[in-house]
Amino acid sequence: MKSIIHTIIISVVEYSAMRVISASEIRASVALLVQKANFELGNDVLELLKKAIQAEQSPIGRDILEKIILNASIAKTDRVPLCQDCGTAVIFLEIGQEVHISGGDLYEELTNGVRLGYQEGFLRKSIVSQPFTSRINTGDNTPPVIHAEIVPGEQLKISFMPKGGGSENMSRLVMLQPSAGRRGIVDAVTAAVKDAGGNPCPPLIIGLGIGSTAEKAMVMSKRALLRPAGQPSIDPEVACLEEELLKSINSLGIGPLGMGGKVTALAVHADVLPCHFASLPLSISFQCHSIRHAEVLL
Amino acid sequence: MSIWKIVTPIDESQLCKMYAGDSVLLSGIIYTARDAAHRRLTEALGNNHPLPFSIVGQTVYYMGPSPTKHGEIIGSCGPTTSSRMDIYTPSLLEAGLRAIIGKGERSPAVREALKKHRAVYLVTYGGAGALLKKTICKSETVAYPELGAEAVLRLEVKDFPAIVANDIHGNNLFSDQIGKYCSAQEGS
Repeated sequence: MKSIIHTIIISVVEYSAMRVISASEIRASVALLVQKANFELGNDVLELLKKAIQAEQSPIGRDILEKIILNASIAKTDRVPLCQDCGTAVIFLEIGQEVHISGGDLYEELTNGVRLGYQEGFLRKSIVSQPFTSRINTGDNTPPVIHAEIVPGEQLKISFMPKGGGSENMSRLVMLQPSAGRRGIVDAVTAAVKDAGGNPCPPLIIGLGIGSTAEKAMVMSKRALLRPAGQPSIDPEVACLEEELLKSINSLGIGPLGMGGKVTALAVHADVLPCHFASLPLSISFQCHSIRHAEVLL
Repeated sequence: MSIWKIVTPIDESQLCKMYAGDSVLLSGIIYTARDAAHRRLTEALGNNHPLPFSIVGQTVYYMGPSPTKHGEIIGSCGPTTSSRMDIYTPSLLEAGLRAIIGKGERSPAVREALKKHRAVYLVTYGGAGALLKKTICKSETVAYPELGAEAVLRLEVKDFPAIVANDIHGNNLFSDQIGKYCSAQEGS
């Protein structure tokens, strides 16, 4: 009996040491992130677009890049969505292991936040309930797609990415033979971008997940798109691969919106993990020029 | 490469003068239709049912807007990817559709049908829905309201910007321009 009471006391002490975040705060934060991401292009993206105008040789390409920048300024000022496709609501969570979420179901409140944000912001609801027959719109852009990770610490990081359908449709998973090596990666990524042409709304950011397993590689390549636009990998070998890929992609001539030009991609963001010695998984995520995401640290 | 101020419906003499690479500013009526509406329109054509609007000589814009704020005309309203409509397009061209606005390249079958039925494919600024919103003067739903953002809208536009991608002479701006700026080695 004494030992049970002792355990309970210790549990209470440990519990009280946890950082408490209320579910309602999470809901309200998500509703704000949803709108911020849809109305505002980041300065990192705007800087890359301005540099792209200098680099672009095609007059049509330069005109498109100028319109994209003008569009961003109108969207921010008028609080109108940057693009009518306000995306699938993709949420990445980094949950500190010292965090306790109280007063509600985490995933339910994330869903409520998405519902609220899309409603308040007059954002388009593009999600259909049954993908291959009835395709009835769920009416509130739910459910979101949620990727959660437990990390050290006592904070909760929420990243929100409205992912457009046009670019998402170009995604690719290639299970390369290990013998294909670095050359195989360059060829496969270049081929994927060439096949996609103007469909994913270039200039793009290409997110890559290299290694791990098939499903993990897909999440890695999507998450890589959250990196500040154009920031190279901290691993020099990976950064070198990113640079070579960017050159290879931009030699294709696809250009802004596929109308020809030198700027097909603004950046390549690759993340790498160990993998099975029989495998070389390569996942390719396409981010259109409307590089939208917003983050909050609670 | 010319700049044309064009009133819709586009007449035959104007179509003959338009070449791939020309810029156009459209004013007048255009209709919206994307995936779900295309499915219904082509089903109606296949069953010899009348279409909810007369398509002969008209312009269709591949677009589903974001919701309209109170007191405004429309939400963000840029184009969606045209290639998803490739499967439906030849039958609509055969029914008399004269101009299409979207984004991205068309299939060889659509390019052939454009030439055969003397119609043009125009491309507008993908991902610039806030900018394009400013060119819409009026919007009303004319068919399939139950499709929500995918309903058919009748839009009145003023100086709506686009570029001729495929003209009635068989030119294709995409292949011309990409070829011009491509420096990749063959096979890469």
